[in-house]
Parts: sequence; C-alpha cells; structure tokens
Amino acid sequence: MKALILVGGFGTRLRPLTLSVPKPLVDFANKPIILHQIEALVKAGVTDIVLAVNYKPEVMVAVLKKYEEKFGITITFSVEEEPLGTAGPLALARSILGKDDSPFFVLNADVTCDYPFESMRDFHLAHGNEGTILATKVEEPSKYGVIVMRPGSTQIDRFVEKPVEFVGNRINAGIYIFSPSILDRIEPRPTSIEKEIFPRMATDRQLHTFDLEGFWMDIGQPKDFLTGTCLYLSSLAKRCPEQLASSSDEFVCGGNVLVHPTAKIGQGCKIGPNVTIGPGVVVGNGVCLQRCVLMEDAHIKDYAWVKNSIVGWHSSVGRWSRLDGVTVLGDDVHVLDEVYVNGASVLPHKSISSNVCEPGIVM
Amino acid sequence: MNKAVILVGGPSRATRFRPLSMHLPQPLFPVGGQPIIWHQIKALSKVKDLKEIILIGFFEDYIFQPFLSKCYEEFSGISFKYLREYSQLGTAGGFFHFRDQILRGSPKNIFMLYTDICCSFPLNDLLAQHERHGRLGTIMVTKVDRSSAHLYGCVVVDHETKLAEHYVEKPETYVSDLVSTGVFVFDQEIFNFMAKALEKRAAEFEHEHAQENAYGRYEDLDNTQDVNRLRLEQDILRAMAGDKKLSAYMCTGFWRQIKSAASAVPANALYLQKAATDGSVALATASSDGPEISGSVYIHPSAQIHPTARIGPNVSIHARVVVGPGVRINDSIILDNVHIKDNAAILHAIVGWDGRIGKWGRVEGSKVTNSDDIDEVTHAGVKVNSICILGEDVHVKDEVFIRNSIVLPHKELGGNKHNEVIM
Repeated sequence: MKALILVGGFGTRLRPLTLSVPKPLVDFANKPIILHQIEALVKAGVTDIVLAVNYKPEVMVAVLKKYEEKFGITITFSVEEEPLGTAGPLALARSILGKDDSPFFVLNADVTCDYPFESMRDFHLAHGNEGTILATKVEEPSKYGVIVMRPGSTQIDRFVEKPVEFVGNRINAGIYIFSPSILDRIEPRPTSIEKEIFPRMATDRQLHTFDLEGFWMDIGQPKDFLTGTCLYLSSLAKRCPEQLASSSDEFVCGGNVLVHPTAKIGQGCKIGPNVTIGPGVVVGNGVCLQRCVLMEDAHIKDYAWVKNSIVGWHSSVGRWSRLDGVTVLGDDVHVLDEVYVNGASVLPHKSISSNVCEPGIVM
Repeated sequence: MNKAVILVGGPSRATRFRPLSMHLPQPLFPVGGQPIIWHQIKALSKVKDLKEIILIGFFEDYIFQPFLSKCYEEFSGISFKYLREYSQLGTAGGFFHFRDQILRGSPKNIFMLYTDICCSFPLNDLLAQHERHGRLGTIMVTKVDRSSAHLYGCVVVDHETKLAEHYVEKPETYVSDLVSTGVFVFDQEIFNFMAKALEKRAAEFEHEHAQENAYGRYEDLDNTQDVNRLRLEQDILRAMAGDKKLSAYMCTGFWRQIKSAASAVPANALYLQKAATDGSVALATASSDGPEISGSVYIHPSAQIHPTARIGPNVSIHARVVVGPGVRINDSIILDNVHIKDNAAILHAIVGWDGRIGKWGRVEGSKVTNSDDIDEVTHAGVKVNSICILGEDVHVKDEVFIRNSIVLPHKELGGNKHNEVIM
C-alpha cells in the first residue's frame, strides 16, 4: 500500500520552533511528528510513502533516509513548484499512487490522533467505492465544514460549510483513503480536495465516512500543539501506561508525564499533569512543571515554574523564573533567573533578562 | 542644650500609606529593620548635648507609648514625650502651641523633623553650620531632578553665605532644584518670630475676609485659610527667607520621601545600605549552613530561614517569619509572622503581617527606578506599575502569581492578579 503525506511549506504557524527544525521533524511527545504517522502507516502495511512538500530541507532528506532503512520502505519527496492546494499533490504523485490497484492513504501532516489506518483500510475495501474520509465529532460543528450522510448509511450526501442550523457534528479529520481511480478526477494544478473534488464524489455516491475513535487535533500552532500533547498523553495513559512516568514516582502529580530515559530530574519537583520531557533535559530541584513540553537538552533550573509553554532545544529557564500563557522558546533561548515570561514567542538564540508580561514576539 | 521635635502627623494624614497604615501608624512602620521614626531618633541621639525628643501629632496618646518606652531603654540620657494636638493646627501650629513645653530648660537649638522621610541625617554637620552662620533657623535642602522640583518646597540658596534667599512651596514653574528635606534646626527665638507671624497673619486675614465678603466669595475659602492655623512652609519659612533669617544646609547623603506605601521599599534599601556601612542595624551575614545572602539583608533573630533560600539584596525579614526551602526574596519587606512556603519568590514587594505565600507562589512588583514614580499607586483609577503590596493577613495560594498589585487586609487569593487593587 501507499500513502501521501501533505507536508506543505515552512510551517510558519509553528514558529519559532520551525525556524530551527522543519515541522515534520519537530518532536511531538518525544518523537518527530512525521514518525508517529510513518509508524502507524507501516503497521497498516504501507510500503511507499510520498511527502508532498514545497521545499526540501537537507536535514529532512537525511532523517527520512534513516526511516526508509529502519522500516524497509520507500519514501519519495514530491516537490511542488507552485502550491497545488490539497488535491494537486495527488496528481503530481500519480506515478507512485497509481502504480497498482491498491488504495492509498492521504493525510495532513499537522493532524494527530490514534491513526486507525488498518480499520480504515478494511472499511474502505468493504464498501468498494472510491473514497473514505475519516470523520471526527466536534462540540461546535458551526465552526467547521460538516459531513451529512445519507440516512442509514455511511455514504456522504453533501458537505455544509459552517452550518447555522445543526445538521450533524461529524467533520473532516484530514485523513483519507482512496482507490487509484480518484486520480482521474484531479489535474496537476492548484485544487482544493475538500471544496472541488469531494462534493463531486459525493454526488457520484463514491464517498464514505469512517468515524474516528478517540482524540483528534490539528497541532499546526503552539497552542494546539500543547492541547494535542495533552490529548495524546491521555490516550497513551490508556493504551500504554508503561511508557509514562509511574504515578509512584515522587515528582509525578496528576499523571500524563512522559520522561525520556536520558533526562535528569532534581529533588522536590512537582511535575504534571501533561508534561513531556525530552532527551538530555535537566530539571533542577524544586521545579514545578504543568502542561508543557521540554525539547531535547532543555535545562529548567532550580525552583522555576513552567506552565502552558514549550521550551525549545538547548534552551534554559533560570532559577525562580516563571513561564506561562503559551510561551514558546525557540532553539537556544535563555531566560535568566527570576524572570517572568507570559505568552512570548521567542526567536532562537535570544537571552531574556527582564520580565515579558504581555504576549508578543521577542525578535 | 538642644532638643528635637518630630512631627508625626495623624491617622488621617497617612492615607497614601494604605494598606500598611491600616495596621499601625506610618511612623512606626519598619524600614531597614526599624520603625521609620527610630532612624530619626537614632540620628538625633548622636547630636551633641541633645536632651529631649518630643513627638507632636494627632494620634491617640497610647499609640506611641510602647515604642517610646523602648526608646528610653535604648537611648539613655534622652527623655521622650508625646504631645497630642487636639485640633489640627497646621504644620507649625502644634509646634507653636506646645512652645512652653519645648522651651522648658531653655534649649539653645531646636531640631524639627517631618517623619515621612528617610535620610542619612547629617545632623551634627547641620547644627555646626547653623551655629556658624548664627541665623534664626537653618533648613536642610537636597538637590533633586529639575523636572520634579515642582513637587517640593523649593529654596533659592546663596552658595557663599548659605543664605536661603527665597522659599516657595510647590511652585508651578521652575524656581530652584534645591528642595526642603523636612529637616530644620531653629534657634529658640523662633517662637517670637512665629508669634509675630501669627499676628501679621491675623491682620491680613481680617483684611482679606472683608474683601472676600465684599465680593461674596467667602464661602469658597477652604479651611487652610483658618486664622489659627500656622503653616510652616507658607507662613514661616517664606517669611524667614524674606527677612534673611534662614540659612540653608546642603545634605550630601541620601534623602527621599516616604509618602506612599510603595516608597517603603526604596527607603528600606537605603537604610539597609546605610547599616552596611555604619552598623546602625545588625545585618545578616552568610554562613556555610545558612541561606545564601546577597547585599544588605536584615533578618530578625526569631525568623527561621531555610538554608536553601536565597535572600537579598535589600530585604528586611521581621519577627517570627518562616521562610521555606528554595525561596527567593529580593528588595522586599516581610513583616511579622509571615510564612513563605517552598520555592516561592517575593520580588520588589511588601508582605503584610501574618501573610501566607503558598508553594511556587510569586509576589512581584516592578523595580523602582524614578524616585517620583511611586508616590501615587493609582493613576485615573488604574494601578500603576510599582511595588506589590499585600496588606495584613493576606493568603496567596500555591502557584498563584500576584504582580504589581495592592491587596487590602484579610484576603485569600486563589488566582493570578496583575495590576489590580484588590479590595
């Protein structure tokens, strides 16, 4: 089987993290975002993966080369000369996606969930039509494009964009499986799969919906990256609690704490809920961490307090400093002792020596 | 022999010192480990031949008794007295009213000090210059920034003769950057001068009264025009300058006002730094098994500080305070019986009596840079960035952050507060 991952551009929404690392390689729960997807695809029998990208950073090529070897798969970069929307990349990668009759997956790189690729594949083959859209249920469907099914069927009747009246609460989760015949519907030009291709497929009764169990989150920006991390950790707590720090550990408070084995944690800390601590991280004594992400080699010094924040690679937070309000420290940022940082996005290689009280960008 | 009078004001005068003056009168609020007024008494105690210190104010009589009893023990050879003004007589009115008591024993020179100031108090130098020039009185002046001179009483000084040529209270335009510090020394003849000033004022008042009546505006006059009130600045100093009877002594040490509660923090810092050089207050020293101490820090002997805490600079920690592990305190005053739990940070703040700060709590004010910017804590009803002040018995829960806020007594704070006044 085959898969296309829509990676896209520079990941500007996830800056300042993506100023240092291409978005697919940013660690999500101590593992590059794209590796979560590759592992799940491989498990469902995928052997050919196409990455639809606008640019091809060398570091990404090198990392994906390793994944090719590790999983025994083929990974191809499909580079768009101009942005082709969400459908155009399928046409561009036609030679791979259409090389046999087996269906292929398409997924947005920003989406995290418990990827149900195997059951999606089985469902798709069983109904025999051209496409299956993974659907997630939301509380406020009025903010999204809602899927309306034919009565008593999984077949999609139509889509209603931002419905004023309640017509259902299933929305497109950005993950699909298609039969290769879909490629005949798409030209290699800028095209929106959601707005141009899906309505026609629905009219032709070729499109089904498949319900996603569990969480779903677009983690394309820092606020949602944190929320996605919480959801992922909660899911992990149910599926594989052994991967999380044990609640019998003295420092764990409220659970959902993921600590890399190479990280060091001091005395008298209170960590959790919803914290990921990356490789080589050093956490001092008397540190309080909640709902935050510490990237590789970050250093949280004694008595600091960090909440709702992302601490980038090699960054440090000083003694008695306090981060809150979706603060994002880029690579190699140093918050000095006793400093309060609220909602700042700090570009790489900066040192912060006085309070940043109001949200903003520190250039 | 010499005497001194300290004008301590009254409860209605210290509203700007709220919420700290809700617990005890401003003159007794501790800065640099001791009450504001103690620093003045300490400096006066070193003046040669000074035999008596009289406090004049309109607080209840009992307010100062315990403090004055302690002063009797600490400063032997000096007698202390509190004299209560029953009606507000103006800044010089109480002084004049109690002239018989002040003149008892015929003191040669009489110091007069306002209480809402902190200063290096070079009083012997002031006295020496006063006696050298032999004028009726000497006003101690200090140099301030030209842009803020209009907030003070301004004095024009002849630098050769030290004559105060002109005195004007809070002028609208720039007159001089030498301003009154609220410290004076007068010859005992001052009372005769005051008596004449009062007579003259009464005559003028009659005249003005008649004139105002003629224009039908009498009702508009505010009570500062009361004929029986004697204002030191407008009625006495201005007249003395006009009569060439006032000298000016330039204070070269530190000086600042203690008007708002927030100004107690810089005053605390100034007195602690002074103590570091002259030993006037015993400061904490670092030891191998004690907390990390940086800069000037006062810790009351009954306070317990965990060895992993880091304290200083410019911190006063008062009686029975308990500071837990990993606590950070700088530029702050921690009043009696405050408990600060693990890993909390208190920065540029005042924590009132019996306060409680939870684990990882943070109480933080803004560093004060300009000496004028904290005389008012609100502007147009909005809290301005300055020192963070917790009144008596305020409890800050675990991890809660109180920033640039003022909290009135007996509050429990379970959520973060920024730039607020909390009733």
